[in-house]
Amino acid sequence: MKSLAELKAIKDRVKSSVNVRDDIHGSIRVVVGMATCGIAAGARPVLNAFTEEVAKRKLEHVAITQTGCIGICQYEPVVEIYTPNGEKTTYVKMTAEKVARIVADHIVNGNVVAEYTIGTNTK
Amino acid sequence: MYRSHVLVCGGTGCTSSGSEQIINVLEQEIASQGLEKEVKVIKTGCFGLCALGPIMIVYPEGSFYSMVKTDDIPEIVSEHLLKGRIVSRLLYSETVTEDGVKSLNETNFYKKQLRVALRNCGVINPEDIDEYIAYDGYEALGKCLTEYAPEEVISIIKDSGLRGRGGGGFPTGIKWSLARANDADQKYVCCNADEGDPGAFMDRSVLEGDPHVLIEAMAIAGYAIGASQGYVYVRAEYPIAVKRLQIAIDQAREYGLLGNNIFGSDFSFDMELRLGAGAFVCGEETALMTSIEGHRGEPRPRPPFPAQKGLWGKPTILNNVETYSNIPQIILKGADWFASMGTEKSKGTKVFALGGKINNTGLVEVPMGTTLREVVDEIGGGIPNGKRFKAAQTGGPSGGCIPESHFDIPIDYDNLISIGSMMGSGGLIVMDEDTCMVDIAKFFLEFTVDESCGKCVPCRVGTKRMLEILTKITHGTASLDDLDKLEELCYHIKSNSLCGLGQTAPNPVLSTLHFFKDEYMAHVVDKKCPSGVCKSLLSFEIIDDKCKGCTLCARVCPVNAISGEVKKTHVIDKSKCIKCGACMEKCRFDAIVKK
Repeated sequence: MKSLAELKAIKDRVKSSVNVRDDIHGSIRVVVGMATCGIAAGARPVLNAFTEEVAKRKLEHVAITQTGCIGICQYEPVVEIYTPNGEKTTYVKMTAEKVARIVADHIVNGNVVAEYTIGTNTK
Repeated sequence: MYRSHVLVCGGTGCTSSGSEQIINVLEQEIASQGLEKEVKVIKTGCFGLCALGPIMIVYPEGSFYSMVKTDDIPEIVSEHLLKGRIVSRLLYSETVTEDGVKSLNETNFYKKQLRVALRNCGVINPEDIDEYIAYDGYEALGKCLTEYAPEEVISIIKDSGLRGRGGGGFPTGIKWSLARANDADQKYVCCNADEGDPGAFMDRSVLEGDPHVLIEAMAIAGYAIGASQGYVYVRAEYPIAVKRLQIAIDQAREYGLLGNNIFGSDFSFDMELRLGAGAFVCGEETALMTSIEGHRGEPRPRPPFPAQKGLWGKPTILNNVETYSNIPQIILKGADWFASMGTEKSKGTKVFALGGKINNTGLVEVPMGTTLREVVDEIGGGIPNGKRFKAAQTGGPSGGCIPESHFDIPIDYDNLISIGSMMGSGGLIVMDEDTCMVDIAKFFLEFTVDESCGKCVPCRVGTKRMLEILTKITHGTASLDDLDKLEELCYHIKSNSLCGLGQTAPNPVLSTLHFFKDEYMAHVVDKKCPSGVCKSLLSFEIIDDKCKGCTLCARVCPVNAISGEVKKTHVIDKSKCIKCGACMEKCRFDAIVKK
């Protein structure tokens, strides 16, 4: 170890992988429906895409978790995003490709991606 | 990138209740569900709630599973890790509320705790230096070497008010400045990890859960006093701690955090382990250094103090594991931050190992000045089986008992000494109404008699005589004269012994004599043991009108001391009875009493 910069480089590299252990209170929560219907419709790649995208952007205070069946199996994979102030957005018929945009627009910049939400898709 | 981390406690407590097997089964199950690229299993150090082990936390949800069995693993993996459905029946019951799950930090056990020394225990993988670095590890060392002169480091430690956590409570900064002031071609930094007090295990938990903090702190100490070599004296009875510490030292060397020119400075530092063979006296500083030098671990008179002439006659500082584990945080967050916690003369936090008659056996860290009642009743969850609190023992064989009348005392160094106990290393053994205080004093005396190194007469012979008198008392053959003689011996041994072991050995007797004189009197005058512990003073009897003549007691009696016909009152032959209590345990009618 020759300098503080070298230490910081290691810290930055590892920090994003241990963020998952932070307290999730006050975080944006990304909840992926992972019941049988969700998994069958392809929720796993969606879940992993969120994990990778959040890590790539080194975002803190974002918790990615799963839940069971939300009850709208025809729209699976379903992803719900909760902001710390309790607002909920429901994204439906999710794919791994849609994830990058949701992370950029919604999680980072706070703009809901309306065209992927349940409101748009049920019209 | 893993979306979920499963942290399994790999401390000694949970390892002995099977956490190794749990990790194996967990990894197999995760692989069989195809989750090995999504879920990572991490073996950590102690979470503190040892009574509920094996313990497992699943992140990001922070679900706290307690008393996990290998049979539960498939369900946790298929329900929680795969489908995200938390297995509520396995959660620590305190975290489950009517409207869902509450955070672990809101439970009674953790709510009042403040983790400084234990901050990484149960959070990081102790065998991975990267994780320590991710949680600000080695930043304090870097800061010291690049920004502060050694004198500045010492003044930060002085200003923080940190005092030695091993027992005596000597101000750490002053100890360092004394060693710095002595010029020598070679100085040493030592760590006392020879945790010998019965019931204390906080140092072990730090070594097992966060070994790098010790390396970082010792390197800082080396820089501050001008030493280039460190030794950790650790008990061989702590195999997991020894293994992880050695792994940590190897990793630190590989990263150049031990070795020459650390952080590009002129400072070089390396360290080695020395294993102790388990003699209690080797926790005494001069005996410890004698043992590191390769001799029989015996104390020597002070002065000269180690800061003048320590290891191999060179200036040496010796601090305890918990003391060191506070150092990096003090450097990073500042002396004022540390001094803002605690009481006027005792700053910061203290780790206690809760044991004995208490629900939440385990490790807790609280700000100095927290009351005994808060620690026992709130954090510790009170006494099991609705029994009454009688006393708490602090400081192990060097400490004393705190009775119920002092239950609201704020715990700090000076308060404990004022009531005849001491902080010690932080073992806190809780006793309920079924504990005989004379018996407790005898237990600790047996320990010191066993562990006395024999070098000085007051300790070697004196403690033996004390034990003989205590044995007489518990057998009901002592006189009031013996009580006076016992007290006199206590003062004699305290003032004449060579080292701390002897000087403090009478404390358990003195403090019980002071607070529980009535129990001693009951043994000596009435020949009774009020708590029903001392066998020689007990007798078992059958109450006539409660006995139904079921013959159960007669059948379980191992020495055939009970006789009687079916459906008629039975009788115990006291000359045959060995007072094992088997009959009393078996009787369904509460017809057998001990007096």
